[in-house]
Amino acid sequence: MNRFARLIDGLVFTPSRNGKVRLLQDWFATVPDPDRGWALAALTDGLSFAGAKPGVIRTLVLDRVDPVLFGWSYDYVGDLAETVSLIWPARPGPNAPPTLSDVVDALRAAGRSPRVPAMIAGWLDALEPSGRYALIKLITGAMRVGMSARLTKTALAEWGGRSVDEVEEVWHALEPPYADLFAWLEGRGPRPAADGRAGFRPPMLAHPLEDADIAALDPTAYRAEWKWDGIRVQVAAAAGEARLYSRTGDDIGGAFPEVVERVAFEAVLDGELLVVHDGRVAPFNDLQQRLNRKRPTAKQLREFPAQVRLYDILFDGADDIRPLPFDARRARLEAWFDRVRPAGMDLSPLVPFAGWDALAALRAGARDGAIEGLMLKRADSAYVAGRPKGPWFKWKRGPLTVDCVLMYAQRGHGKRSSFYSDYTFGTWRGDELVPVGKAYFGFTDEELARIDRWVRNNTTNRFGPVREVSPGLVFEVAFDSVHRSPRHKSGVAMRFPRIGRIRWDKPAGEADRLETLERMIVA
Amino acid sequence: MQTAFESWIHPAPPSEGGGLRVVPGGFHIDPIRPVDRAVITHGHADHARPGNASVLATPETLAIMRERYGAAAGATLQPSPYGETLRIGDVTVRLVPAGHVLGSAQVVIEHRGQRVVVSGDYKRRADPTCAPFEVVPCDLFVSEATFGLPVFRHPPADREVARLLDSVRLFPDRAQLVGVYALGKCQRVIRLLREAGWDAPIFLHGALGGLCGLYERLGVPLGPLVPATGLPRDAFKGQIVLAPPSATADRWARRLPDPVVGAASGWMRVRQRARQRGVELPMIVSDHADWDELIDTVRDVGCGTLWVTHGREEALCHVAAGMGIEARALALVGFDEEGQGETADDPGAGDAA
Ligand SMILES: [Zn+2]
Ligand SMILES: [Zn+2]
Repeated sequence: MNRFARLIDGLVFTPSRNGKVRLLQDWFATVPDPDRGWALAALTDGLSFAGAKPGVIRTLVLDRVDPVLFGWSYDYVGDLAETVSLIWPARPGPNAPPTLSDVVDALRAAGRSPRVPAMIAGWLDALEPSGRYALIKLITGAMRVGMSARLTKTALAEWGGRSVDEVEEVWHALEPPYADLFAWLEGRGPRPAADGRAGFRPPMLAHPLEDADIAALDPTAYRAEWKWDGIRVQVAAAAGEARLYSRTGDDIGGAFPEVVERVAFEAVLDGELLVVHDGRVAPFNDLQQRLNRKRPTAKQLREFPAQVRLYDILFDGADDIRPLPFDARRARLEAWFDRVRPAGMDLSPLVPFAGWDALAALRAGARDGAIEGLMLKRADSAYVAGRPKGPWFKWKRGPLTVDCVLMYAQRGHGKRSSFYSDYTFGTWRGDELVPVGKAYFGFTDEELARIDRWVRNNTTNRFGPVREVSPGLVFEVAFDSVHRSPRHKSGVAMRFPRIGRIRWDKPAGEADRLETLERMIVA
Repeated sequence: MQTAFESWIHPAPPSEGGGLRVVPGGFHIDPIRPVDRAVITHGHADHARPGNASVLATPETLAIMRERYGAAAGATLQPSPYGETLRIGDVTVRLVPAGHVLGSAQVVIEHRGQRVVVSGDYKRRADPTCAPFEVVPCDLFVSEATFGLPVFRHPPADREVARLLDSVRLFPDRAQLVGVYALGKCQRVIRLLREAGWDAPIFLHGALGGLCGLYERLGVPLGPLVPATGLPRDAFKGQIVLAPPSATADRWARRLPDPVVGAASGWMRVRQRARQRGVELPMIVSDHADWDELIDTVRDVGCGTLWVTHGREEALCHVAAGMGIEARALALVGFDEEGQGETADDPGAGDAA
């Protein structure tokens, strides 16, 4: 576990991508099976143990640490595994630190046994903070150590002299600790079989389109679709197996069982995962509730039901139709949809348009919060992995903006906990400021540091982690829409406010008035 | 019958100078705006500010202020060595070591049978560059709480310095660039390196030379130091270079061959903090008390009342209350909660975390 902890620390602290890749390749080359494979699993799909969940860790630490102090510490550090690793009371004793395989074997054998918490506590006692961090990350199945699954696979493929797409094609047929995969990459064994499995096909991605660039495109060569504010997914079903993948190939089926369970066909489909209530797409926030969990609760399934809105088809049965042009694939998608009538799915409609001006008007008129803008896809484009320049564009709707004055600043969480990075801002009503929204900072570290300094130098009052500041700093705040809200003192609430620009140049007195915001309210 | 401390010592609003005002003594401790009479705990920029009419501090702290502020250090400078008792107005004042940086002092004030200790910033660990913290039993203890959460436990400093030397051995073709605050941390890291057997010249960013020279004149030998200017890139291979934290991610660092960027600070205990600063070699070396030291100190001084000036006040107050101590967060404006100075981009001004 100590060697694995050194790998994790290295991946966390090494700033360069190449440095991280070298560390991983060194791990694959020098650590024997099965430990190297357990680490690979931890860094890609994640390992899952029935009896070791974040709740167990939390219970263990709360038995040992004052819950109030733990709460403040967690709030400050922002990550459960790290908080526990740091706050766990050291208990020097005769315990030898476990190896990676010790931990995996013991947890697999134990299943849901009531002994699991005591086993974990014993390991935490025997390890130092780095080892505790690695252990908790490993067993709770969420490494997130600045190394994506994709980059891990890239490092692995490069080390084995293969392309990452070759690894990707066989990946989903493999099980940790991947002895057959390592054997193949080291030239000691055959290529593992991938055929017939519901594997991930790298998706086709779009380039952003600026308003100014559209004139250069031929409107008759493109088809338009709404761009939905959900997450891009791939539904892959073959050989009686169904999987739901994120854009990067992470299997997220566990978080959305209702989608996977309703699959009764064989195809690979491209679409948008959305939370939908009575035919209306819910705000992205609702989807976020689901994304944050490995498995949903029954209540979440009820309150935030997910579905897939389809816009492309890659495989119809075993038939690979990616080489067909967009129009032909669209016809196949519609025919397939009519034939199969898949539960929990609908079709994203094509948006007919007469020319760019007409399309721009449609885009500007779309006030549905679930529409982020438009997708433009060339009628003759084949489905190609990656982000080719030209065939697909995303044309986002410009947000509404208003100039607001910073009123309160709060220390952020986790990596932002040293900075005042959460802001409450207001607009003028008469000569008083009324708060209209709250947003996190979304800019570069230098800008964040500059705002932070400004906050510290213009503080008029402090309440715990919050500072009240004198009116003097103007933010251009972008938002999707604004609604009446009796719950807010200002009577209005913004949807998805984010700080667009910092207006160092603008005097606070010239920021917008509440009436401006009220005029933007959607009935 | 004891009178409440607030009747004679209390936080002053920034418009009246800020810091703690001792009414019967007619002075402020660590004011944030110029006052007639200031008592300064130590030389860090958020505690020692220029422009006061008269300043009482240890001789070392006055020397540091003169080095930094020149004539603006104060119109009248009154040195008071550790242990000397002075009568000021209706109180007596004594400075005792705080163990934070060279010259750092706790201010012990007695008034009508009450003893108050204002500790400034402090630590309890051994530090080869300054006198160790002295426990003074008191009725009211005024403490910082920069690292006032139980996630902050500083490991032994020599172990962290050993990790730096391991990195030198591991990467002979790279420079080791360590971010250190100019006052205190810089000199402590140099002394720790010397004690670990590193006799080679240590290269310094220009902002660090002045205070290193002053430390040597004040009797803290630092061994061979070389300015990191005008040298070919190869001269830094396998060498240790110290710079203010803000310079490690700056254009300045481009003169070094593929540097391993380190930082010596108590904040390095939290991974995200290290990552945020692009630190590859986080060294947990702090001049502030960690969580255990804070609690031990509150217990050791046996105070009935605790005031917490700055940092993460709520957790320390919570624990003190559990020990039967009346605890209050002062939430003083002007002190840096991060322990690194309000102007973190001014290399000379940083407070050392
Ligand atoms: Zn301080
Ligand atoms: Zn200090």
